[in-house]
Amino acid sequence: MNDEIIIIDNLHKYFGSIEAVKAVNLQVKRGEVVVVVGPSGSGKSTVLRCINHLETPTSGAVYIDGVHLEDKQTDINKVRAEVGMVFQQFNLFPHLTVLENVTIAQRKVRKRSKEEANEIAMEQLRHVGIPEKASAYPRQLSGGQQQRVAIARALAMQPKIMLFDEPTSALDPEMIKEVLDVMLQLAEEGMTMVVVTHEMGFARAAARRVVFMDNGQVIEIDTPQVLFDKPKHDRTKLFLSKILAH
Amino acid sequence: MTGPEIQATPDSSWQNSWREFPWWLVAIFVFLALMGILIIRNPAYNNAFQFIVPGIQVTLYTTITAFAIALVLGLLAGLGRISRNTAVRNIAITYIEFIRGVPTLVLIFTVAFVLVPPVSNALQVDNRIVTPNTRAIIALAVIYGAFLAEIFRAGIESISKGQMEAARSLGMTYTQSMRYIILPQAIRNISPALGNDFIAMLKDSSLVSVLAVRDITQLARLHAGSTFRFRESYLVLTFLYLSMTIILSLLLRWYEQRIGKDRG
Ligand SMILES: Nc1ncnc2c1ncn2[C@@H]1O[C@H](COP(=O)(O)OP(=O)(O)O)[C@@H](O)[C@H]1O
Ligand SMILES: [Mg+2]
Repeated sequence: MNDEIIIIDNLHKYFGSIEAVKAVNLQVKRGEVVVVVGPSGSGKSTVLRCINHLETPTSGAVYIDGVHLEDKQTDINKVRAEVGMVFQQFNLFPHLTVLENVTIAQRKVRKRSKEEANEIAMEQLRHVGIPEKASAYPRQLSGGQQQRVAIARALAMQPKIMLFDEPTSALDPEMIKEVLDVMLQLAEEGMTMVVVTHEMGFARAAARRVVFMDNGQVIEIDTPQVLFDKPKHDRTKLFLSKILAH
Repeated sequence: MTGPEIQATPDSSWQNSWREFPWWLVAIFVFLALMGILIIRNPAYNNAFQFIVPGIQVTLYTTITAFAIALVLGLLAGLGRISRNTAVRNIAITYIEFIRGVPTLVLIFTVAFVLVPPVSNALQVDNRIVTPNTRAIIALAVIYGAFLAEIFRAGIESISKGQMEAARSLGMTYTQSMRYIILPQAIRNISPALGNDFIAMLKDSSLVSVLAVRDITQLARLHAGSTFRFRESYLVLTFLYLSMTIILSLLLRWYEQRIGKDRG
């Protein structure tokens, strides 16, 4: 079994004439937590979205557990079932209850029975701390609760990898911690995670490596201690001075 | 001495409810009530009513059947309209634009006499056994399918892109995501518009009288032609359409308010 569960090989992505991602290489080991930081528009989301093929790379390759995503023979739905994604805007399904949000893909993709799907869903809702909201609708929940349901929804598929795109950026400050706590717990349980976030505390506590991106490129990759406290590149220093000023 | 008080507070609830009161509805109900009295009391109106009313069955059957088929056509064409497949998309756009560019009455003739014969030939059905009513239903369905397609398209596009992305990122196929995530939300959003088109189709079903389908319009024409009671025939006809459409549009308003409250 290959130790590198995610391999990004010389990834380029153009949107029209904008080069959003330039020659990005990144490998993530099984069970590793990688945090991606960088200014807005630096290509963080685009890289993340190439990992589950929500964006098609202009050139380069992405391998998930040895499967080449850009290969015509690859069943992308099968790969996506193994890669959970959590969005900044939660993207819960508003016409479904919390429980249905967490069971729908289990039923339709994993083909689980209703009983089995409900059982796994309740287990995941307990995991994120809101089993009592199972029959509520998303609009009845706070932002923090909605994001935890979104995490439970992804986890119920029992994925090998979890991707997070600024999961706390749309939250009121008092709700950030409840979501980060769930993510920390997940990291401790050994989940492979790629997390775009500017929560330094989370990065220091959970990440083995931090990737700094600017202008579509990976500028620097290092441990959180080195990258945050003794960055080598001027652009990293500049970026850190800006976010620490806030 | 309440007069000056009311003037001093022009936004008082009493004045507001006076302004907001549905006077239009009262006017329409007065018309319908007067017609009802005429139909009961006046033999000429009563005869016209007795002659025309059996056509309601044909009118409703034609409208409901054609609308059900139009929903299917509209959904397919609406999905085709946003398909990434160039051929599928262009076929859908051709259908929609073609229909929208030709008057309804002309399309009814064209579908009934030009389109149906070769299709029934191809399906090995004797062209002559396709009744005028069936032709009328096919024509209305094909016409309204194109209008409903644009409603379905707008409804699907009104759902945020994040919904499709969330569904796809869970491993659901495009079809599953459409069926379980996008369409249920879209259809709820467009149901008032669909209701409006149902009412519009009920009215447009009067055009099928040109194919000699014995709907209420055709029966009114026959009655007027044979008795020369034009006023009675067409007032009764007006009364019947207005009764049906006003009931439907009141139901629709009530439903819209209900789903509006649900969301709020
Ligand atoms: N769907 C898109 N269409 C056009 N341009 C896009 C699209 N998505 C992202 N971009 C552009 O690509 C660049 C990188 O965006 P993104 O990956 O979202 O950055 P980040 O997540 O770091 O803020 C930006 O210049 C952005 O405007
Ligand atoms: Mg982003």
